[in-house]
Formats: sequence, structure tokens, C-alpha cells
Amino acid sequence: MQKSKLGIDFGKVERARGVARNIALDVQKFVDNYTTVAVERTLCRLLGIDGIDADAVPLPNVVVDHIRSKGGLGEGVMFWMGNAVIATRLTPQQIAGKIAASELDITQLPANNTNEILLALKPYMDASVNRISERRARREQYLETIGEGAKPYIYVIVATGNIYEDVVQAQAAARQGADIIAVIRTTGQSLLDYVPFGATTEGFGGTFATQENFRIMRKALDEVSEEVGRYIRLCNYCSGLCMPEIAVMGALEGLDVMLNDALYGILFRDINMQRTLVDQYFSRIINGFAGVIINTGEDNYLTTADAFEQAHTVLASDIINEQLALLAGLPEEQMGLGHAFEMDPELENGFLYELAQAQMTREIFPKAPLKYMPPTKFMTGNIFRGHIQDALFNAVSIWTGQGIQLLGMLTEAIHTPFMSDRYLSIENARYIFNNMRNIGDEVEFKEDGIIRRRAQLVVDEALKLLEGMEKEGLFSALEKGMFGDVKRPRDGGKGLNGVAARGQRYINPFIEMMKGGTK
Amino acid sequence: MSGGLYSMDSREFDKTLDLTQLKPYGDTMNDGKTQLSFTLPVSASEEATEAAKQLMKKMGFENPQVAFFKELAPGFTFFNCYGSCPHTVDITTIHVPKVTSTKMDMHETDDFIRENIGRKIVVIGASTGTDAHTVGIDAIMNMKGYAGHYGLERYEMFEALNMGSQVLNEDFIAKAIELKADALLVSQTVTQKDVHIQNMTELVEMLEAEGLRDKVILVGGGPRITHELAKELGYDAGFGMNSYADDVASFIAQEMANRMKK
Repeated sequence: MQKSKLGIDFGKVERARGVARNIALDVQKFVDNYTTVAVERTLCRLLGIDGIDADAVPLPNVVVDHIRSKGGLGEGVMFWMGNAVIATRLTPQQIAGKIAASELDITQLPANNTNEILLALKPYMDASVNRISERRARREQYLETIGEGAKPYIYVIVATGNIYEDVVQAQAAARQGADIIAVIRTTGQSLLDYVPFGATTEGFGGTFATQENFRIMRKALDEVSEEVGRYIRLCNYCSGLCMPEIAVMGALEGLDVMLNDALYGILFRDINMQRTLVDQYFSRIINGFAGVIINTGEDNYLTTADAFEQAHTVLASDIINEQLALLAGLPEEQMGLGHAFEMDPELENGFLYELAQAQMTREIFPKAPLKYMPPTKFMTGNIFRGHIQDALFNAVSIWTGQGIQLLGMLTEAIHTPFMSDRYLSIENARYIFNNMRNIGDEVEFKEDGIIRRRAQLVVDEALKLLEGMEKEGLFSALEKGMFGDVKRPRDGGKGLNGVAARGQRYINPFIEMMKGGTK
Repeated sequence: MSGGLYSMDSREFDKTLDLTQLKPYGDTMNDGKTQLSFTLPVSASEEATEAAKQLMKKMGFENPQVAFFKELAPGFTFFNCYGSCPHTVDITTIHVPKVTSTKMDMHETDDFIRENIGRKIVVIGASTGTDAHTVGIDAIMNMKGYAGHYGLERYEMFEALNMGSQVLNEDFIAKAIELKADALLVSQTVTQKDVHIQNMTELVEMLEAEGLRDKVILVGGGPRITHELAKELGYDAGFGMNSYADDVASFIAQEMANRMKK
């Protein structure tokens, strides 16, 4: 049995996991019977369909919209495309071009059985899967030869809107000591029901996630990785209406980390819950297979709800996210479960509570590269105090062995980071990580003291919350506003019209090929 | 580099405060001492440090000093600098448009509404357009509020609905009509490329087109919103940093009472 520094009763934790597993299985029963336009566009991409038509509409959208307009979405892209490949002897990419030119209706061709379809599509399926495996092997090769930074990985963002300017910022950040570069997406991309194409130089508050932008940035980071002798990871956002599509584009281009939360889009982007829960499953299968670390977004609950009072909702959601990810075959070593340092700085002993919760999260998910988020809600524009808040956050992180340190910036709430802001924040983190490196091995927590009692309380409350949810299920828990004080109706939100029940002839062979990693 | 622990600067200047000639204060009245930092897109060198000082002089500083520099990456050097600002402003002639309502606490506002309006005030709020940030609108509206200031949901005399983030202006207006809202709160956090101005302007134009503009109290808020900017864009008030639900509630209640008198 694992020994807790906090006196956590791991029996209760296992009970909470068992309850969460039932909640996740209940969701999975739903997921297994549905598909979405995003999942089908992902399958298009896995068949090698890329590019845009004359009106700049991405070809995966052209194909899926075509099938949907003929009422065939439920049978799925694989079925229709397989028939088309057999009938026309063209490649899926060529067939997509014909659809774009209105020269072909692929729902009017002779139907073939599943075996014939799989045989016809096999070369295209294998090509994508092999490319993703190669990208994964390339990362592993880098990690073996040039290595990586010590944990917690230092994670910083770039957000210029222009991918080429992002490259300059990202390479500078890597040279300053960053281990993970996240390219923030342009405001509103999560609500686009397509992924833009090509390199982009205009964005609001961030840069469009496109496959070409992924490629440009990964290449730039390969160069700087070799220069600094440390593998620099690239992070993007696998969330919103194109979750699995972004996952596959990232997998094809060798991205390393993806924001990929099962519930975030529902709560904070008002995306329909049925849509997101179907989408998250396939996106996580892909991320698992590609060796991508996912980050979950529980930290966001604490920007809307109170960090002290609602700490147990973060833990409960982490446990649900873990169980949903396990069902998608994503190993614990790739689960960057999220939590945050967001208590009001005026709170007496707030540091002790943050320390307790961070240590608790570490002990409950021992293998996960936990993603720890910095103070944002109580950053005021007082950069001097902000820098100290970030220092306390860094102290908790090194003390409790967090995996991914999303660095706080002293200018949070003022502007997207200047190059000098990033330098000051990296210096802050490196100073504290080095200066306090082994404090966690040296210091124990007082029996029945504030810290131990806090952790035990949060575990008890999380278990209680999960037991309540088990009775009603995740869908109705979300309707009642159990996370982040946000309520979402089952049939409300964006993207519901892109959900379809799977038909008799529906197939998605990639679930079998990819789930549970490289076979 | 810096001149050591104790400043040996000449202090031959008038040390009495004159509000018509206001300047920064370091540790002596009228010393003009200012701290600033910036990055120059060149590698570190003595020439780069000299360039930083000359730039400070062009900015108008006297006695510029580079206290610290660090090459952030090849081709970029960060400077922490100090200088004395010789310029002054006359604060006695400055007039800034402000929200003129008297600030009341939650109970006072509720009492004021009971006495002067006689019914609950219906308020809807949202972070509109593509803006995904809800911290601002949540701080003003949600039950719990922010930093000890309860949000509008907690007020007995407000019927408050927080629609959250990324609400389209047309959906926002539709909800306002449905609920017969008295006041609309628009929160804007992202200001890159002036996206907030476009979005706030669009809302005003749509309200005017619907003939609703004069029927509602329209309030903008966000870290980069000032009352002056909001007024310019056709709003009744704007609330920036360091404003809380009390400020917004007091304004709405008093503005509504004023309109009823007319």
C-alpha cells in the first residue's frame, strides 16, 4: 500500500475511482452508439484527405457535409468512402476532389460488405497509422538521445497570432529554459466546426491551430531542441468542436501535449455534452496512440467557482477524466490531470491549503504528469505582488512533485506575455526549483495539522460528490451545475446537430487499431 | 551601473508639492524618479546599454541609469532602468468623466430600489462575441461575487441572469426582449486589435435598430474599459479595473430612478 504523507485513506480513493468508473461506463454506453461530424472528418484525415476546395472549405468538411446532406452520416465515412474507392479505383483524396466539384455522389454507389471495405481502405489506413507511429518513434528517439528537462516541465505560451512570430518567441523561450511551448489558439477557434488550412499570420489573442502551423512550429522546436540539448515539447488545444480532428492533425505532425478535457468544452464553451463526450473518446484514443500527454482543464472550475470551497469538484473531475481516459486506452503516464493554485491571496493560511491539495493530487495520481496551473483570478495588474504569488505557486510545485508547471506570468491580466515576462517567470521558477529541490523529501506534515486535515476533507467531499453523481449519471450532473457552478442542458449548446446515431453498417476500425497504444 | 547604496545626486530643487506642476516621487518631493523596463532587439553589449540610456534621454528622462540588463536570447536584451522625469502636469485642470452615482452597499441598494422603483430590476449580463473570459462578468453577477463584494444574484431586488461567455449579440438582445431586461451588462476582456470596440459598437447599433437602446440601461465593463470609452461608444456607463458589483448595482438603481423621474 502506498504511504501517504497526508494520512489519506486510499481505500476511500479507490471507492471514488470505482464510482467514477461506473459513471464513465455509463457515458461510454452512450458514446459507443453515436458518431459526430468531427469524428467523421477525423476519419477523412486518417484516409489521407486534406486540402481545401475552391471556396477554401476544407475537403474533410466537404465530404462529411455531402454525406450528411444525403442523410448518410450515421453509416459513417468509412462505409461510403470504402464503396467509392472500390467503385472508382480512385484514392480518397481524389474522390474528395470529385465531391467538391459535384462530380460524384458517393452515397449512390453499390454497397460492399465490411471486409471488402476494410480491404480497399487498408493502404490508406496503414499509411496514416504508420506515419503517426513514426512521429512517435521520432520523439522517443529524441528523448533517448538528447533527453529532456527535469520535472516539473516548464510550460510557457506564445500567442502572437502569427505563426512565424510565434517561432521566434518559442525558440527564445526554449533557450531561456522552457520545456513545453504552447501555441495559444485564436479566440473563438473552439467554436469553428472546421479546422482552417495552411500557415496563418492573423489571429486574435492567439494563432489558428492548423496542420501546417503545427508542422512549422514542430520543425522550429526540433532545431532548437538540438541546439539546447533538450527535447522541447509542443502543445496545442484539442478541444472545442474539432477535438478529434485536431488530435489527428497533431498526431500526424508530432505534437507532444494536447489540452484534451472531457468536460471543459461543455462547461466553458457551451458545447453540447453529447457532442463533446463522443468527440473526446476518439480524440483520446488518438492521443493515447500518438504518445501525446493530454492536459485536462479542471483549473478552470476555480476561475468561476471558489478555489477553497470547490476544491473537491476539481478532484472529482480529475477522477472522472482519468476513468474516461482509461476507457479510451490512454495510459496514466500520459494524463496531465489539471489543478490550480487559485485561492484568494488574502486567505489566511492559503499557502497551506494549496500545499495540501497539491500533495493530495500527487498522491492520488502517482503516475500522472500533473498539470499545475498558476494564479490567474487574483492577478490584479500589480506585477510585483503577482511575481510573489507565482513564487509561492512554484514553491508548492517543487515541494509536491508536479509534472507540468504552467508558468505564471507577472503580467497576467495585463497582456499576452512579453519576451521579458517569460524570462522573469522562467528565472523565478528555476531559482525556486533549484533552491528547494528536495524539500518534499525532507519535510513531513504534522499529524492532525491544518495540511493533513485539509487533504482528508477534500477527499471525503469528492467521494461524496461522486457518489451523488453515480445515482444520476454525468449528463444530469452537468445539467445541475455540479462543476464550476456552470449548468448545461443535455440538448443545449453548440454542435448537437453534428451528432448522429451509428447505423447498422457503421465502422471505425481505427478504434481497434489505435486504442491502447502501439500494438 | 547604479551609483551605490546612497544617492549622491544633487538635490537642488524645490521640495514643496505643487499640484499645478506634478511629477513622480521617489523618496524626495519633485525628484521625478521613475522606474521602467524594456527589451531592445539587439544582443547585450556596451553599445546596447548606451543605446538604452540614450533612448531614456529621448523619452525625456534626466540622469538615465541602467540598473540591470540581461540578454534574453541572442538578439534581445532586457533592461531595468531608472531616471528622473523633468516633465510635469497640472492636475488641477484635469477633468475625467466618471460614473456620478453614489456608491451604496447591497442592503442600501436593495432598500433604494424598494423605495424608488418598487419592483425588482431585471439585469442580464454576458461576455459577448468571441470573448471567452467570464471572470469579469462572474465577479459582478454571480452570487459569490469577488473579493468580498457580493454579486447581483445575491441582491434581493435584482433579477440577474449571467449568460456566460461567447454570447452572440443577437442572442443577447433576444434574451433581453424575452426577459424584458431593464439593464444589460456587457463584459469584454480580449482587446487585441480593438475587437472589443467593434463588438460593443455592433451591440449598440443592433439595439438602436430594434428601437431598444433608450429602453435599457447599457453598461460595459472589463479591465481595459473606462467610463469615458463606454460613453463614447454610446453606453450609459463603463466600469474598469477595481470596480465591483456594488458600483454597478448603485449605478443601475440610481440611473433607473432618475429615468423614472423624467
